[in-house]
Amino acid sequence: MESEEKHSLINHSYSIYVLVWLALITFTAITVAVAGINFGNATIAIAMIIASIKTYLVLTIFMHLKIENTTFKVFVIIAIFFLAVTFVLLFSDYSNF
Amino acid sequence: MNVEQNVAEHVHRDDEASKLGMWLFLFTELTLFGGLFLMYSVYRYSHQADFHIAAKNMNTFIGTLNTAILLTSSLTMALAINAMQRGSKKLSLSFQAITIFFGFIFLLNKYFEWSHEIHLGNFPGSDVLLSKSQGDILFFGLYYVMTGLHGLHVVIGMIVIAFMMRFTIKNVITRNNYFKLEAAGLYWHLVDIIWIFLFPLFYLIT
Repeated sequence: MESEEKHSLINHSYSIYVLVWLALITFTAITVAVAGINFGNATIAIAMIIASIKTYLVLTIFMHLKIENTTFKVFVIIAIFFLAVTFVLLFSDYSNF
Repeated sequence: MNVEQNVAEHVHRDDEASKLGMWLFLFTELTLFGGLFLMYSVYRYSHQADFHIAAKNMNTFIGTLNTAILLTSSLTMALAINAMQRGSKKLSLSFQAITIFFGFIFLLNKYFEWSHEIHLGNFPGSDVLLSKSQGDILFFGLYYVMTGLHGLHVVIGMIVIAFMMRFTIKNVITRNNYFKLEAAGLYWHLVDIIWIFLFPLFYLIT
């Protein structure tokens, strides 16, 4: 019973994958276009925000996190959180030079 | 149906746990690449001007093309799993083959790119590079290590998917038992995510 329920959940239609792919390609085009414009220090921030949006799409749809049970989501959030903490701590230390 | 259910009950299998194991492995990959990204960000912060000049050497067109290729390969991998879930073995096999093909094209572009840089003398330890600034040396060092390690992951991913194709043909991977294919997919998508970050960091600093 349970596996059958799971099965129908997993079955995204093909079209959602194609839509996500289109979005990913569009974001790539945007990030390339934006890179040509000089926003000063914001340039790198914009590039990283776009990369994060793309990553979110890959994680949730391609890697099925959206339909995965909560344990997986919590694990991934914690892993990303600690990576972020490492970056923040490093730069809080380093940028004081 | 009944026979199949009985067999399924006797074989010990826990797809959720296996999947969690795969994710844990991916987290170790995150620490591996995370460390390199940390190193990149520190050196870029301390050698901003040099990084900008060094990055002008990068071919943005090839970089963008490779990004599109890798994103498309991720799509075909997701579709291979989806096709398997729907029970279309042939379609799944085709998508897996296309994924390997895209991986190959990606590496081919990488080969041309690296050959070009090496031809220009921009490789670790070369006289040309050593005569440049500290920032240039760091940029190219990081470039080779990070895209090289990523390239290695693409190669491993292609080998893994080739095994999945074999498993699919031999009916080890089926509509009701496709965890192996899904794990291979997770790995392939992680490689894609790493590239999503490598691309703007090495090709789009101007």
